[in-house]
Amino acid sequence: MSYLEYNVKWTPAGLSKVLHFNWALALLLAAAAGVGFLMLYSVAGGDLGRWAEPQMKRFGLGMAMMFVIGMVPIWFWRNVSLLAFGVSVALLVGVEFFGEVGMGAQRWIDLGFMRLQPSELTKITLIMVLAAYYDWLDLSKVSRPLWVLIPVLIILVPTGLTLIQPDLGTAILLMAGGAVVMWLAGVHIFYFLAVAVLGAGAVTAVFVSRGTPWQLLKDYQYKRIDTFLDPSSDPLGAGYHITQSKIALGSGGWTGRGFMEGTQSRLNFLPEKHTDFIFTTLAEEFGFVGAGSLLALYIGIIILCVISALRNSDRFGSLLTLGIAATFFFFFAVNMSMVMGLAPVVGVPLPLVSYGGSAMLILLIGFGLVQSAHVHRARSK
Amino acid sequence: MRRSPADSEKSARLITRRGLLLGTAQLAFAGVLVGRMRYMQLEQADEYRMLADQNRINIRLLPPARGLIFDRKGVLLAGNEQNYRIVMVREDAGDPEAVLDRLGKLVWLDPAETEKALAEMTRRSPFVPVTIADRVSWDDVAEVAVNAPALPGVSPEMGLSRVYPLGADFAHIVGYVGPVSDYDLDRLEDPDPLLQIPRFQIGKTGVEADYESALRGSAGTSRVEVNAVGRVMRELTREEGEQGASVQLTLNHSLQNFCEARLAGESAAVVIMDSRNGDILAMASAPSFDPNKFVRGISSRDYSALLEDPYRPLPNKASQGIYPPGSTFKMVTALAALEDGLIQVEDTFTCRGFVEVSGRRFHCWSRGGHGKVDLVRSLRESCDVYYYELSQLVGIEKIAAMARNLGLGIRHDVPLGSVAEGLIPTRAWKREVRDAEWLIGDTLNATIGQGYVLASPLQLAVMTARIASGTQISPRLVRAIDGVEQPVHGQVPLDIDPVHLEAVRLGMYEVVNGARGTAGSSRVVAEGLRMAGKTGTSQVRNITAAERARGVTSNDDLPWERRDHALFVGYAPHDVPEISVSVVVEHGGGGSTAAAPIGRDVLLAALYDDVPPLSAYPASQRGTIRSRLEALDLRAPQAPSEGRSRA
Repeated sequence: MSYLEYNVKWTPAGLSKVLHFNWALALLLAAAAGVGFLMLYSVAGGDLGRWAEPQMKRFGLGMAMMFVIGMVPIWFWRNVSLLAFGVSVALLVGVEFFGEVGMGAQRWIDLGFMRLQPSELTKITLIMVLAAYYDWLDLSKVSRPLWVLIPVLIILVPTGLTLIQPDLGTAILLMAGGAVVMWLAGVHIFYFLAVAVLGAGAVTAVFVSRGTPWQLLKDYQYKRIDTFLDPSSDPLGAGYHITQSKIALGSGGWTGRGFMEGTQSRLNFLPEKHTDFIFTTLAEEFGFVGAGSLLALYIGIIILCVISALRNSDRFGSLLTLGIAATFFFFFAVNMSMVMGLAPVVGVPLPLVSYGGSAMLILLIGFGLVQSAHVHRARSK
Repeated sequence: MRRSPADSEKSARLITRRGLLLGTAQLAFAGVLVGRMRYMQLEQADEYRMLADQNRINIRLLPPARGLIFDRKGVLLAGNEQNYRIVMVREDAGDPEAVLDRLGKLVWLDPAETEKALAEMTRRSPFVPVTIADRVSWDDVAEVAVNAPALPGVSPEMGLSRVYPLGADFAHIVGYVGPVSDYDLDRLEDPDPLLQIPRFQIGKTGVEADYESALRGSAGTSRVEVNAVGRVMRELTREEGEQGASVQLTLNHSLQNFCEARLAGESAAVVIMDSRNGDILAMASAPSFDPNKFVRGISSRDYSALLEDPYRPLPNKASQGIYPPGSTFKMVTALAALEDGLIQVEDTFTCRGFVEVSGRRFHCWSRGGHGKVDLVRSLRESCDVYYYELSQLVGIEKIAAMARNLGLGIRHDVPLGSVAEGLIPTRAWKREVRDAEWLIGDTLNATIGQGYVLASPLQLAVMTARIASGTQISPRLVRAIDGVEQPVHGQVPLDIDPVHLEAVRLGMYEVVNGARGTAGSSRVVAEGLRMAGKTGTSQVRNITAAERARGVTSNDDLPWERRDHALFVGYAPHDVPEISVSVVVEHGGGGSTAAAPIGRDVLLAALYDDVPPLSAYPASQRGTIRSRLEALDLRAPQAPSEGRSRA
């Protein structure tokens, strides 16, 4: 490195990379996961082995993967982006034919040691491929219709495949994540406005098509929307979940009813209390303080990602970091809105807290990429 | 490919701007979430807490122990008995049918019941206990307990059920309880949630029904925490119910038993009253039935047997049965005439065996006639003509007024559900109900307690007690509720000249003790316990001319249901009356032969509070009396039950 170049950039190499890891981010992730272990222990009625322990093992595995991925240079990940996306789309197609359906939602492929849900994997690879695409694309072409059409197609292919699974929650997350990357890359705001108008049209179409032979959603999805709009319309059926969830959340008060003292979860009034509705147990047992703390942890993770992205001059790295942060944001925003009765029940888990292997591993892989971008960003000497 | 530094810088600025915008939007949305959380958890927390409690807390009613019923001596007439049932919980049983098979080898199970239980088990949640066998014996409970390891999910449960230890003796008074029916719910308009408990038992007849609200007690509550599928997780608080009030009756259980035994084989009723305070010491209606069968759920065969019995065991003949009082009504007519000043005690009429009124002959029972008859003799020998003559002077209205004065034709306030009002006819009554004018013949019939006149044994006993005591005494059946003495009514003198009452009492004394008295064969010889009374024989139907032509002249030749009713009213001791009695033997024939002996036996039993000693009877009768008394199927006197708690 020449002494003439006063702004010589360097990237850490070798084991010294460990020093440049985003340790604050890792800490917040572990803290959020810790909240999850606590709640899984609680909803299992004080049984560690039922949900908390397997979740801990998966978190350990996920953290290890995050570090390994973080150690790999970011350019490698950029170069394999298209391949990774291709593989995940292929898996999505494959799962249509060979996968298994669990509880009317996501399809998975049994890998023996874990069940892989390709739709989860796609959440990351879609961000990757879009970030790589805009890293490659000349900035001046970003808003040209043809160059906008390509990423739109990239987004629509996996979105369509998850919709027919059918998994509305993941489809929404994929779309939202892709749109965020496009927006960050500088696509003109006109396109987003146009999509918003089209979206409104689509929503209208969805409702108008109901009951006709060409209806766009499944009956149970319509029912979920109905229930969301008016939970009392079906207090013993689908509306029961939302009503019970709101009761649990609201009855928490300031500091909650105490660890393992939540009557709504302990007495099984809460549905899916260890997965999608785990936030209500937290809110019930630890109240506003507990639920607010978890939200603060999540916001902290987002802020750390945003800071890391803004300090990164590499276009791929910062788009990737912000895209993954946005995906993470959509996870908890949709989940919390859902359990608070602000959004229909779409089956999105609470990130790092809900019981479930795929989602946690995929998220930590995503944060591994964030770490890689963080470690390998060019910095002034 | 590498971009130019300018392009790269422009891109970085763009990402920074849009990234910050995105971060701000995310923060803003997080703010919305916090706001929503704040609204739900801080502002609406109480409301949601209440909903959560509503979710988890179930309030279950604990049926209270029913109040007990005692006789005047504190002997238990209606109590609560612990009974056991065997229940089974499906989820604990694993394989219910196999467990039932094993259980069936240990205790007897009704196949129909087990079938129903199995069906119920599959229908209901797996943790709900289902009754397999009800009212099992203690031995069976022990059998189940010993074999508990081989009978998973099977357990004995305890409950309380009503029991009437004295069985049939008090069936008509105490009544019985039974499960609440839809009919009861419509009828009672009782909002007590206890009535909604399946198989909750309420009083159906008698004192059990009339004192239902006092006997029932108040429900306890158990607040339990249940989970989403209704399984009880734990009991939060428990408030025991309050046992119903105990009710003490004025009845004497051993006297009641004596009366029932004495009436055995007849269709008859007896009422014994304390003429000093109106206490009903015994009120028997024969035949009776076992009220415990109704509590357990009577079989339809047993029930139809009760319904079809011509002696009608179910109604309480003593308070519900109404009969023409016959000659026992003559005191009423006599007092009406005396009070009106139309005759004096000494005035006489001549009985030629009949009188002719408006072209129709009214016969005296004595075809040959009694000759000159005064008041005392008219009662002693029960001369009808004397009263035919009197009634024409007095008229029905005054007779009716006197009858009411003496307690006939009015509904007495005793807690027995249906208490008959009887019938004391007047001109207005006949116009209204029969749409016909009152005829003089009606008066003549009424005056000897025939025709339209109807009275219940209870009313006749009240009449006798009023004549004997000279007071307006009213019957009292309940002595105390929860130890609180109930008031005595009517201890004020009758509005009748005591001289007139004394004359009638003398006549009644002569009925039993005088020569040619109609109840002369039923006299009492024990000093100080001599009895006064009046017999009555009331026709159910006239013997028709055709029957007379066939040679039917007496009751014995008629089928049972057409024979005369036999009546007797009396009191003793005649000089200081303590006990009054009325006896009606349905289709018993003559009052002097069928009713008076019963009246004497039960009166003496009440006076002695025991089986009467033979010394009280005339020497000539002691042999037959002894064998009659020894033949009675009596229960040994009961000891007062200890305490007032659960028995």
